Amino acid sequence: MVSPAAPAGAWSRDRRSPGRSIALHLTLIAASIVSVFPVAWLVLTSLKPRTVIETASVAPVDHPTLANYTQVLGETRFLTWAANSVVVSLMTAVLGVLLAATTGYAVSRFRFPGFRSVMWMLLITQMFPVAILIVPIYNLMAGLGLINQFPSLVIAYLTSTVPFCAWMMKGYFDTVPVTIDEAGRVDGLTPFGTFWRLILPLAKPGLAVAAFYSFITAWAEVAYATAFMTGDDKYTLAVGLSQFVGQHKAEWGLLTASSVLIAIPAAVVFLLVQRHLVTGLTAGATKA
Amino acid sequence: MTADVVATRRAAPRSGARRLLSRHWYAWAMTAPVVVVTLVLVGYPLVRGVYLSLTDATEATLGHTIGMNVIPDRYEFVGLRNYADILTSSAFLGRLTWTVVWTVVCVALHVGIGLGLAMLLNRPMRLRALYRILLVLPWAVPAFVSAFIWRYLLNGEFGVVNAMLRAAGFAGISWLDDPFWAKVSVIACNVWLGVPFMMLALLGGLQSIPRELHEAAEVDGATPWQRFRHITLPGLRPVSSTVVLLGTIWTFNQFPVIFLLTKGGPGGATEILVTYAYRQAFEGIRNYSGSAAWGMVILALLVVMATVYRRALRQQGEAW
Repeated sequence: MVSPAAPAGAWSRDRRSPGRSIALHLTLIAASIVSVFPVAWLVLTSLKPRTVIETASVAPVDHPTLANYTQVLGETRFLTWAANSVVVSLMTAVLGVLLAATTGYAVSRFRFPGFRSVMWMLLITQMFPVAILIVPIYNLMAGLGLINQFPSLVIAYLTSTVPFCAWMMKGYFDTVPVTIDEAGRVDGLTPFGTFWRLILPLAKPGLAVAAFYSFITAWAEVAYATAFMTGDDKYTLAVGLSQFVGQHKAEWGLLTASSVLIAIPAAVVFLLVQRHLVTGLTAGATKA
Repeated sequence: MTADVVATRRAAPRSGARRLLSRHWYAWAMTAPVVVVTLVLVGYPLVRGVYLSLTDATEATLGHTIGMNVIPDRYEFVGLRNYADILTSSAFLGRLTWTVVWTVVCVALHVGIGLGLAMLLNRPMRLRALYRILLVLPWAVPAFVSAFIWRYLLNGEFGVVNAMLRAAGFAGISWLDDPFWAKVSVIACNVWLGVPFMMLALLGGLQSIPRELHEAAEVDGATPWQRFRHITLPGLRPVSSTVVLLGTIWTFNQFPVIFLLTKGGPGGATEILVTYAYRQAFEGIRNYSGSAAWGMVILALLVVMATVYRRALRQQGEAW
């Protein structure tokens, strides 16, 4: 991942004195420790037996064991919750991208009456705190008999992912050269044809990033999931895990082991795509 | 925006709805899915939320079904009473103040630390890629997992933070049970979570500033501070204006960290507006109308904030 060219605005290495160089590395090392330590401690704790976890011991490694993991996988509903989370998040991501793709393209390419209203709508709905919609949506879902059903969660998540995906994809479409559209139009394609045959294939990475972002948004959502999912066979991971550390007892061993099981795949995928995520999040507005 | 392919405004003499329709129907058709979904999934609940906020609907008065018996709604329209209650309650000012402090402190630290790290990373050096990955890690972990991690780290009895304090000869601090330290804890956790995004976004912004500008300024004898003040900061504006707005909204609405780390406690010390409204609706006797009214107040605050912010940007010739 070493970047081939020196980044713009950077100073060359040989102009830095040894003292400044050491200070630079020390600062970055300190920051890296702060950033990594909580996660590292989580992993180490998950490998300790319960009797050691619940003491004030600070030894990084102490009687290492996989007991917490076998207990999480064998004696709790962790796998059910994980499957629930995957189903809900996947449905949210796919629906979000499908619904939002053409809008992202339209607001990227066309100026039409209502353009500013649409942009405002996309921005405002992203700002909606959970507190505004959760009560009415809860009541509507209760009326439809959907409480404790996955569709209620997917619908709740779509309220934020659809505008968000449209916003992100606008940013991505902005980076696709307009000359491609023009070539398509010259060749007689309709705007839809241009979008479908030329732009969409080029925008696959952008779609993937928007889908991924929707996925992790749904995956990590707490408020709706806590309020809507009432049976422990329907919990998502965020709700299920909080059962381990309730008001009266705290199963830190189970909590840390399941956290590791969730965090490791999430972190690996995340680190692979994070570069695109930042571009997607900021491009939408910088190019507007 | 350069991408105005069809240059819709190029020659648009107003000649009626038909002309508009023939010119713009595809743009409208393309935006229709999102507009429709938003109106149905956001607009309708929003209208219903406004209505609920004007009633006295609670768990006790809302209709429900017990077995075969359907109990009808018994709540009534009460006008603006819920809003009056909120605005005159002592909870409102207290929660609002803490929410603003929380948002300002968190965003300031996110941007400050993020910018500092981005500037350190924006130069050729050994191990740059490794540092970058290590520093991004907190963003890669789902927020609810992070909240649980911090709850364990800060645990009064067997948390590692207190263990280290004790090893260094200090007394342990009851991080999550003391009102002041609980505030420090939630801010620390949220800063840890939020810095990586700011760092990456600002790093991208730094890299888009042409290097020649810095070199020219240096040749002209500008000090590092002057270069930072007059080249780096203005060059970052397009990115920083967006991420500050995003970060402010995210932090203002940061539900998981507060809810999972402290549950708003101790004694409501860390309760922000969003978690407060949530607990009104879903804990104890469920006060749906009160919670809906809190939601509307929160939305009003956010809309005012975003409008002011956008207007400020537009005056500087940016944004739409």
